[in-house]
Amino acid sequence: MRFRTESSPHMIPAHSVGGVMQQVQMALVPGTLAMAWFFGWGVLVNVVLAVLFAVAFEAAIVAARKRPVMATLSDNSAIVTGWLFALAVPPLTPIWVTLIGIAFAIVVAKHLYGGLGYNPFNPAMVGYVVVLVSFPREMALWPAPDTLSDLSLGLGQTLQTVLTGSLPAALEWDTITRATPLDAMREGLGAGRTVSEVTASPLFGSFSETSWEWIGNFFLLGGLYLLFRRIIHWHIPLAVILGVAIPAGFFWMLDPDSFASPAFHVFSGAVIIGAFFIATDPVSASTTPLGRILYGAGIGVLIFIIRTWGGYPDAVAFAVLLMNMVAPTLDHLTRPRIFGRSRRGPPPGDGHA
Amino acid sequence: MNPTLTDIIRDGLWHNNPGLVQLLGLCPLLAISGTMVNAIGLGIATTLTLLLSNVLVSLIRNHARPEIRIPVYVLIIASIVTAIELAMNAWFHGLYLILGIFIPLIVTNCAIIGRAEAFASRNSVPRAALDGLMMGLGFTGVLIALGALREVLGQGTLMANAHLLFGEWGHGMTLQLYPSEHGFLLALLPPGAFMAMGLLIAAKNWIDSQFEPEPTASRDESATESEAAPDNA
Repeated sequence: MRFRTESSPHMIPAHSVGGVMQQVQMALVPGTLAMAWFFGWGVLVNVVLAVLFAVAFEAAIVAARKRPVMATLSDNSAIVTGWLFALAVPPLTPIWVTLIGIAFAIVVAKHLYGGLGYNPFNPAMVGYVVVLVSFPREMALWPAPDTLSDLSLGLGQTLQTVLTGSLPAALEWDTITRATPLDAMREGLGAGRTVSEVTASPLFGSFSETSWEWIGNFFLLGGLYLLFRRIIHWHIPLAVILGVAIPAGFFWMLDPDSFASPAFHVFSGAVIIGAFFIATDPVSASTTPLGRILYGAGIGVLIFIIRTWGGYPDAVAFAVLLMNMVAPTLDHLTRPRIFGRSRRGPPPGDGHA
Repeated sequence: MNPTLTDIIRDGLWHNNPGLVQLLGLCPLLAISGTMVNAIGLGIATTLTLLLSNVLVSLIRNHARPEIRIPVYVLIIASIVTAIELAMNAWFHGLYLILGIFIPLIVTNCAIIGRAEAFASRNSVPRAALDGLMMGLGFTGVLIALGALREVLGQGTLMANAHLLFGEWGHGMTLQLYPSEHGFLLALLPPGAFMAMGLLIAAKNWIDSQFEPEPTASRDESATESEAAPDNA
């Protein structure tokens, strides 16, 4: 009788790339459903379109690079890229904007640099920044959440809007869109009003029925699931949130009339999804423990700085891309000590390493 | 070994193109290529400067002592650029206002002093003149390609503001390819210039690779080319 022997490794790694990406997709579901609940069908239409485009571009560019198409597609990373992009853009974004953004994300940001694992920048955020900078008008059209508006578009009307780029007859952009809380805060403070005057609008609420905090909560739920499954580590999300909250709290205590509260900063816009899903991209983030903390804190502080004094109401994408540039240096400077060696190199008393 | 006349032409327009291979003069190349008319205007000014400076440097090549040759070249180039700047101010005032600081900055374009030092100071006047003209045309070609690409993507037109260069009948030369409110704004912004430039260089390398018979030969050639290309200031 012969025993079948196998060569090492005998311990199978807990996470394959495709498995990790599947977990991330599962963790994105609650937040995405919450967004769809508040903003209508557009969110789901965007996600489906962006994922389809992402997979199609990935297949095309991998084929053009003469690499195995199915093996690359099975790592599921294109799906996550498309999904995150779709959550970043407004729910009624025209289809051609999604197409251009995804093309930049997959072809330029990912595969021109060598594909998954080689991209220095987060592909979804590159795609989002490209369309944000290029098409400011389309990117500003956030519809009012359902809790504040009686007008909500059905699936057919949403599809028509997304595919043609123009609303169904009898509807106008001015009646269905609304400033986001971050926009309103920015405009209000810029116009010389105080924070309490701005937040008196029905757009704002502290975990009441307005949408934005709730969406953040559901993404938080998904993020905690990822932490629990050890897909991500706690360093980056915690550092991002503290990086936003600490400077925001400092300025808020100095002058609560002209600086919004830290709770508003953390739960508005994209900080939660950014902290748990975007900044933790294993390719473009820092990889050492200390490096991760510095990387996350840098993102958080940059978000606060750009929101408060910069030209855009939200800044997660810019902050992530800026810190992506720093990540290799952080990795280099924060290398952990190798076991058996001093911090500077070979162990003491040993001539050769 | 002296290059033949066809070599000079080929080098300037393609194989040793200042924009795509030597990567010289990137600052005006990227800053001014937002529209095709700006690109043509700056291209003509740069070509004229290259032609005249190469001729003058070649004329004095046996008289200028090597210790002071660089200051002499700079003086020559600066005088030529000043003359061209005054001429553009007089005859193409609108374009002059748009190009602004980038006309006087032609002085600092490394392609010009590079050709003066590397070619004109070692060759006879007609050959130096041909080299200046071809390098200038090669640079202008890259400028125009970049300008056309960015203008079409960014604002959907070709040859907008052509009247600044060609007088009144230039108004009719503007082509509107698609409505401009859907323009790809990124192409007009500085990052778009870098990306478009990268794509042009990639396209040139790809075309070259299609004509290379042997891969080893191309590797040798590219190695010597990159050694020959000095850093851009």
